[in-house]
Amino acid sequence: MAVDYATLKKGGFMRQKQKNHFSLRLRVVGGNLTAEQLAKIAEVAAQFGDGHVHLTSRQSVEIPFVKLEDIDAVKAALAEGGVEPGVCGPRVRTVTACQGEAICPSGCIDTYALAKELDERYFARELPHKFKFGITGCQNNCLKSEENDLGIKGGIKVQWKKENCIACGVCVKACRSGAITLQDGEITLDESKCNFCGRCCKSCPTEAWDETHGYIVSFGGLFGNSICKGEPIIPFIADHEKLMQLCDAAVQFFADNAKAGERFRFCLERVGFDKFREKMEEVYHGSISDQ
Amino acid sequence: MAAFQINDTVDITDVVCPTTFVKAKVALEELDEGQILSIHMNDGEPVQNVPRSIKEEGHKILKLIDNADGTYDLLVQKVGE
Repeated sequence: MAVDYATLKKGGFMRQKQKNHFSLRLRVVGGNLTAEQLAKIAEVAAQFGDGHVHLTSRQSVEIPFVKLEDIDAVKAALAEGGVEPGVCGPRVRTVTACQGEAICPSGCIDTYALAKELDERYFARELPHKFKFGITGCQNNCLKSEENDLGIKGGIKVQWKKENCIACGVCVKACRSGAITLQDGEITLDESKCNFCGRCCKSCPTEAWDETHGYIVSFGGLFGNSICKGEPIIPFIADHEKLMQLCDAAVQFFADNAKAGERFRFCLERVGFDKFREKMEEVYHGSISDQ
Repeated sequence: MAAFQINDTVDITDVVCPTTFVKAKVALEELDEGQILSIHMNDGEPVQNVPRSIKEEGHKILKLIDNADGTYDLLVQKVGE
């Protein structure tokens, strides 16, 4: 029987060193699995694998030592527990996320909801090379957003509300970028220093900051054979719909411009980061004037 | 500036995170609702993080006093039993 490894790989079956064995990558979104899914994964690993699973570097789970002839049975068994194979190869990969504001006190955005949305929108979409999305909830950057082809980081844009302020001075010290000064009961925010971390409003005892939660998006990160930090274009994106339009445009730019086997970063370097920047600014500002 | 009637003080300059918050929290537990604790802390990490942790516990922060010697006193009113 001829084995179509490309098709197998697309379905998340990673060929092992050991002949006729595969490490099956599972579809995980934002690093979350239900207890039901975990129980099914455990059962399949015991029945069809060698009784262990591997946690991948990008929040997926792989079941190693699955035999070629068991592939259909394994897929059927996993489906009973709401588990699907993941993907590998030149397409949109697992969307990773930290726990975000739903759980983490530091979170500025709902990372899991966004991960699900991006996964539904793009997962497994065929592209010239792999394309990774990563979402982190705040400047602590637990999820390392800039190492992804498209990284999203939560932030909070703040505005002082004098009427609520008791001039306690907590925010001045909570700010790590020295953007806030307090003199004679007046707070001054130096917006050029603010990195949208939200520590001022999160520590404020009297809710004396207006908060706009939004996204800091970086493009062209790599953390494999080559290491490059993704670069932002628009400093802060408050509107969710605009974020989605930018993601659409970035993925489309990659689809239209990259050579087969060329990562987004190298595509941007070859075609010109300025050209991409223009495109993104056009999408961003265009959508403002539409409103 | 209204003067606050301080009921108790705790010095957390001799411990590091996360014990800073734990020590402050234990001191707050000794107080009755509405009483005021003055927490003496170092500049840097403690003054960046302890006020927020106290807020997240539901207590009321009244004032952060800069002692101009590398330490701060955070005045906190206890909320809840």
